[in-house]
Amino acid sequence: MKTLAEAKSKLPLFIFLTPILLWLILLIVLPHLDLLRMSFRIENDYGDMVWSVNNYLEFFREPIYWLTFTRTALYAIIVTFLTLCISLPVAFYITKVAPPKFKGFLSLLLLMPFWVSELVRIYGWMILLRESGVVNHFLLRWGVLRQPVEMLYNDVAMTMGLVYTSMLFMVVPLLSVLDSLDDSLIEAAFDLGSSMITIVWKIIIPHAMPGIASGSIVVFMLSLGNYLTPNLMGGKNSLWFTEQIYNQFIASFNWNQGSAFGFLLLIISSLIIFVGLKLTKQKLSGVIQ
Amino acid sequence: MHIDLSVKHVSKRFESFTAVDDVCFEVEKGKFFSILGPSGCGKTTLLRMIAGFEEPSEGNIFIGAQNMADIPPNRRPVNLIFQHLALFPMMNVAENIGFGLARRNESKAEIKKKVADILERVNLPGFDSKKIHQLSGGQKQRVAIARSLVLDPTVLLLDEPLGALDLKLREQMKIELKKLQEEVGTTFVYITHDQSEALVMSDHVAVMNEGRFEQIDRPQNLYSKPASPFVARFVGNNNRLPGTCVGYADGIAELKLTSGETIAAGTERQITPGAQAELFIRPESIIIEPAEELPELNRIQVMVSSILFDGANSQLLATSPALAEEFLISLPQNRQYEHICAGDRVEIGWDFRAGNCFTVP
Repeated sequence: MKTLAEAKSKLPLFIFLTPILLWLILLIVLPHLDLLRMSFRIENDYGDMVWSVNNYLEFFREPIYWLTFTRTALYAIIVTFLTLCISLPVAFYITKVAPPKFKGFLSLLLLMPFWVSELVRIYGWMILLRESGVVNHFLLRWGVLRQPVEMLYNDVAMTMGLVYTSMLFMVVPLLSVLDSLDDSLIEAAFDLGSSMITIVWKIIIPHAMPGIASGSIVVFMLSLGNYLTPNLMGGKNSLWFTEQIYNQFIASFNWNQGSAFGFLLLIISSLIIFVGLKLTKQKLSGVIQ
Repeated sequence: MHIDLSVKHVSKRFESFTAVDDVCFEVEKGKFFSILGPSGCGKTTLLRMIAGFEEPSEGNIFIGAQNMADIPPNRRPVNLIFQHLALFPMMNVAENIGFGLARRNESKAEIKKKVADILERVNLPGFDSKKIHQLSGGQKQRVAIARSLVLDPTVLLLDEPLGALDLKLREQMKIELKKLQEEVGTTFVYITHDQSEALVMSDHVAVMNEGRFEQIDRPQNLYSKPASPFVARFVGNNNRLPGTCVGYADGIAELKLTSGETIAAGTERQITPGAQAELFIRPESIIIEPAEELPELNRIQVMVSSILFDGANSQLLATSPALAEEFLISLPQNRQYEHICAGDRVEIGWDFRAGNCFTVP
């Protein structure tokens, strides 16, 4: 009797879990397992598929691959850091400085660009920045420039695009973590003789650390795995690692090499996050909350 | 006589609302000064102006001899103990206490020594490496006080720091705080809505209402010689008896009650006949069943409506047509009045000069 009742009570749970389990297994777990299998297969001299780790070794043998990856990771770290530098004052302003009735409005303003797709946003930037774009038009008219300048297709434009794309994912965790910071802690530090800089370093950042860590993980992963922004704003020589993966799959039609790169991206970025968490003495469980 | 804190004609207005209205007072060095008032009376605003978190709309604040206008909180020789203490949860006890010292660029060894000294002083030796969340309410209290006292401020400001503690601990901390203040000799300015805290600890108390100071006096005088009806009602329990003055002679007004009876009411000030007046009489000034031969006593027949037993603070609630409000009467627990039950009719009386009579504006 009891087991029947237990089974009955679990039935709704399974019904609600089924779509998400199907989603996870069919669209994420199974394809990944297949990619994993593919990444260990190569074609030998006779044209037969055999097991090998050659696809992975290729990454380390060919400097272009690991240099591209290093470059991508470094830029992703820079983007994460810049996003943090911009988002922290923004989040602080919204939670602590702005009048309470404007808080919701300001958060909404932050959210608004995300109502359109990333592609549209990036095209927006391209219209502004390109050689015949809006910015150049006004600079020429005001006499700042004599010749229009190509502002797109360089690393600065790409970095800016990535920072813009990922800002929301940094601001939202910071908003919630700064909201829980008691104003009197800031006042107490001020009262005890700190300058504004010490307050930021000793009180605000330590308190916001879980939010900073979770925001950074999201922004880092999104930037590292971004394909659209580096490709469109950075141009052909942006050399983003996702482009290498794309090239293997689509241009070289070497799915085995492409899946190996995909897994390397997953493993190495996880490693970087692990090191980052260790360095800032954060726990993953605390960050995810 | 050295004045540590002097507040001169300070007002604070928020748009149309006046939080603090033309307040003046001085605090002598080494004194314990309290500001007592109901919530929303402006006492926190006043304290925050002294600490530097708010700018006065008018008036000046002097600490020592220095005018504090335009000096930010981090450069004022005062420290504030916050209502919820505001200990830094990301630091341990020693780091919390050493925080202000480190901001003054004192050497590590110096900080360590001062922190150990002050922890000794607040009876928490060896608590250096404890985390804030490991401390009990009373210990947090002491760490907060230590964190401010270690900076040796000219004036220590305290914003209802005992409010969050339970009753027993609050009673204990009251005594500790008073002792500590006497030991270190720092000038304390303490704000509270709890009259018992103010009366027990302070050398002087200012009673604040709607942004103004009603009276600044020693606790004893505040209790026995209130300067206004507000002080009479706010400090300690008091029974109010309204009436019309029909005669005045030699510190005693004749008060005609609404029921038609006339009583004698002691007063500190001249009351002109014909004026509306209120007599305030303390529960402990009322004698239950007074002896026939006692002279100069107002006597009233009342009905006991209930007995509020609270150990040594037990009281009777009594009603009578002569009384506009229910009267609170102290009921000594010496077994003399054990026969009195709810519903009984008893006679009560009080000395002509026992109360305080005020004209009603």
